[in-house]
This record gives sequence, C-alpha cells and structure tokens, in this order.
Amino acid sequence: MGPFALRRLLLLLPQALGIATLIFVLFRLVPGDPATIVAGPGATQPQIEALRRELGLDRPLWAQYARFLGDLTRGDLGTSLSLRQPVTQVLAARLAPSAALMAASLLLTVALAVPAGVAAAVRPHSTTAQVVMGVSVLALSIPNFLLGMILMHYLSVRWRLLPAAGTGGLAFLVMPTLAIAARLVALVSRTTRASVMEVLGEDFVRTARAKGLAPRVVLYRHALRPALVPIITMIGLQAGYLLGGSIVVETLFAYQGLGQAMITAVSLRDYFLVQGITLLYVVGFLLVNLVVDLSYAAFDPRIRYA
Amino acid sequence: MRRRLRRLLRVPAMAGGAALVAVYLTAGLLAPWLVPYDPDEQDLMAALQPPSRAHWLGTDDLGRDLASRVIAAARVDLAVVVVGILLAVVIAAPVGLLAGFVGGRTDRVLMTVSDAALTFPSLVLAVVLVSLFGAGLRSVIVAVALTAAPALARLIRSLVLQTAHLEYVDAARALGAGPGRLIARHVVPNIAGRVIVYTTLMGSYAMLTVTALGFLGLGVQPPAAEWGNMLATTRTYLATAPWLLAAPGAAIIGFIFGLNLLGDALRDLFDPKLLWRP
Repeated sequence: MGPFALRRLLLLLPQALGIATLIFVLFRLVPGDPATIVAGPGATQPQIEALRRELGLDRPLWAQYARFLGDLTRGDLGTSLSLRQPVTQVLAARLAPSAALMAASLLLTVALAVPAGVAAAVRPHSTTAQVVMGVSVLALSIPNFLLGMILMHYLSVRWRLLPAAGTGGLAFLVMPTLAIAARLVALVSRTTRASVMEVLGEDFVRTARAKGLAPRVVLYRHALRPALVPIITMIGLQAGYLLGGSIVVETLFAYQGLGQAMITAVSLRDYFLVQGITLLYVVGFLLVNLVVDLSYAAFDPRIRYA
Repeated sequence: MRRRLRRLLRVPAMAGGAALVAVYLTAGLLAPWLVPYDPDEQDLMAALQPPSRAHWLGTDDLGRDLASRVIAAARVDLAVVVVGILLAVVIAAPVGLLAGFVGGRTDRVLMTVSDAALTFPSLVLAVVLVSLFGAGLRSVIVAVALTAAPALARLIRSLVLQTAHLEYVDAARALGAGPGRLIARHVVPNIAGRVIVYTTLMGSYAMLTVTALGFLGLGVQPPAAEWGNMLATTRTYLATAPWLLAAPGAAIIGFIFGLNLLGDALRDLFDPKLLWRP
C-alpha cells in the first residue's frame, strides 16, 4: 500500500456521495409520485397524503435529500413493502448467494480463459488457437439467459443431471455460473492472447530466452506478468456485465440472489427495495473497480510512482 | 470509394458479417410482406405444434406461427436497437465534441456527469429506468440510449482530443477558421469512421440489453412479438416444446454474431489497438 493506494481509497468518499446523490435524483424523477406508487393501486387520496407526510415527500427537496443522506449514514434504507422487513435485512439475506455466483463466474473465467489465451498466443496458427478464437466469437453472440436456457434444456430437462432452478448447494450454482461466465471467458481469452502475443515480441523476453531459460519459465515468469495488466483491465471493464448478468440469470434459474429480488421488487412496485438493491449494485461496481485499480499497482510497479 | 469498399468485402469476416446483418435488415424492413401468417393471429386448436410443413418453425402456446413471429420480432428488435443507438449518438456527440474541443471546466463538468452515469452497471440502469418509467417500447429505447450514451460521449471526447491538435487542424485554425467550422469541417469527418465502428459494436450490446429486458418482462410487451419476450414464454414450455427455444434463440445468435463479425473486422481495420468493448 503506497501513496497511490491511499489516494485511490480517499477517492471513494466523493464517489459514494455522488452515487447517493444520483440515486436520490433518479428515484425522485419517477413520473407520478413515489407516494402513489408506494401506496399501491387501491389507495385512497387521504391514504396517499398520509403516506406522503410519513415519507417526508411533502417537504422541500433539499430537506428530503438531507434526510435521505442521514438515513443512509445510519444504515437505514427504508422498509420493503412486499416483504414487510427492513431493506437492509433483505439485502443481507440475498447478498451471499449473488456474491457466490459472481465469485464462481470470475474463478471459472480466470481458470479457463488465461490458459486458453496463453495457448493461443504461443502457437497462433495451431488448431487450439483457432478453436479458442472461434468459440469465443460464438460465445459473445449468445445472450446469457439464452445460453442458460440451452443448458437447462440439455442438462436438466433431457439428461436430468442438474436441478433446473433454485438455490442451495453447488449443483444449483453450475448452470448460472456457466451462463454468466461464457461471455467473460471469451473476452478474457481474446485479451490474454493479444497481450501475451505482444509481450512475447518484447526485447526482455528475447533476452530471457537468450539466457537459456526454459520456455516455460520465460512464459510464466517473464511474459505473463506484464500481460496481466490488460487482462485485469478487461475484467474490470466487464464488472458491470457481471453484476447486470446476475439479474437476468438469477431470474431464469429462480436463484435467490439480489438480481432475482430486484426483478420481483420491480414487478411488485416495492420502491424502497428496488432503490436499496440498486444502491448495493452500484457500490459493488465501485468496489470491483477499486480492487482493479489497486491490483494494477501490484502487477505493474511503474504505476506506484505515477 | 467503390474500389475501397470492394477491398473491404474481400476480408471474409467483414463480408460474412455484412451479409448476415443485411439479411436481418431486409427481413426487418420487409417483415409485413415476408411473414407466411399474421404473427398475432391465434389458433388455439393448433397450439404448441412442433415444426411441420404448414408451420415450418412450429407454433407457440397460443397457436401463433413461430416463423412469422420471429420475422415480425426482427422488425421490432432492430428498430429498437437502431433508434436507441441513434438517440445515444444524438445525446453523446454534442457532449463529447464540446468536452473534447472546449476543454477546461466544461470538460470537467460534462465528464463528471458521464462518469457518474457510468458507475451504474448498464443492465441495472436499464432495469431501474424501465421500472421508473413503465415497461414498454419507448422506455426500452430510452434505456438503450441512456446506457450507451455515457461511454460513447467519452469515446468521442478522446477521439476529439487526439484530433484537435493535429497539424492540419492547427493549420485551419491559423487560417482563421472558427470553432464551429473546425468541428464541422475538420474534426467530425476525421473521427466519424471510428465512431461508426463503435456504434456497430454497441449495437450488439444493445441487442443483448433489449432482449434481456424483454425476457424479464420489462421490455416490449406482448402480444407484440420480440425475441426476448418470446423466450420468456419458452421458459414455461421448455420441457414440452423445445422448438420454442430454437426459433427466437437462433434469430438472436445470428444477428449478434453477424454484427460482432462486422464490428470486429471494422475495428481491426480502423483502430487495431483498441481494447474497449461495450
């Protein structure tokens, strides 16, 4: 941790404030007004008025903003109307399954894509390389929910290998993970191939080879490390996809995570729950980018002194 | 120009991608005349039939002809993507040009706004927008435009920064050309090609967003046919009627595959070092 890391961490404060402000603005933009939405379709005018006062929506915008920020710092995100419990409790219950899904997708991505990309870079004209590139173009063309349905059709309907939907042990994690990871594997293996090929042409790699180092050592100790920077960049760029992908894929597989909760909340017009989950997604996105920025410094020493 | 075009089409990926996209555009434009049946006409006696001579892609749960619905959906999906991306360009171009060309405080303010929008994962933003403004065609178009615009504005800004101080632009400036003329006559023509490449790649990502929203029930609403909402029906009948998966699924994959081939080939040509992807 150098001054770079410290500066990067300090940047989190204005970013968090910016996000809170943006969410406040976005959710006050609702055509019609939140009180009507929250009260539901059957509510009478006096009920809506009462609710508006209770939620503080009759007060000036700056007062609402101050209250929103105050509630946030106290960790109060309001109450979920459909589940009748604090939003923070719902988030706490749904976070772990989603986090497991995303972590599994990332692990699978790195485990598959980096070796595949390296293999394709070392022998650019081999069959392996062509298969890697061909499969990756195809994988980029399938929406994750469609791939999920194809997997569901074969793995659970036809061959009865895996449960079609639900949350639980590892078996429930397999298909959602594959559905989300396919696009990431494709992008990361292409990036790995391109960046390893570039590094393999550099002078220091030739020097390492000329010293008589084994090809394996040259590849993994000298070439892969600088090649990791663009690979990490690509993973960081796709963090948004990872989070967004979980919404669709969790819904498809009825996987009890944040994304599935969000879609349910949207359909039930559970205003505060949607707002809370959105906030958590954006914070997650911010943290992933933080980790990416910090890992640059770990893999490329020049960044520390920048 | 024509010779250049012919040379471009000799790259197999480019020619294949362009041909596939052309097929979809034609299908979308001519959909009302191409469909063998009325895509919305129900025939409950013929519900959930597998592919046959009469219905060569089968029928859905309400007995509607799947081939007709897939073609009709091409019209809707392509229109949403094209209009959405055009709207994104209309929003992003002035922002990117202004930020890149004027610089200073204008640049900082505009880029802070676009960075703030970029802190939302795009599908999360799309779901929030659609849920706030109500599901339906118009909201989906707005969601596509607003999720694509911030990244596009940033790209246009960086292209302008690369271009604004090239020698020929400085020469025009020395000759007394005003900022409006510099942008319109010297900067825009130089960066237009690369912007088109990016919008091609954005188009395939936009299609993923549109179909995902449709699948979630937040996009184009039934009975209008849209590939994503057709697949939402498929989920219910996956065990009994797998052909409901094949027709819209193949349609989506084919389109995105074609656009990716075309976009990647164009990018390799215009901007080979670019890593960016929407």
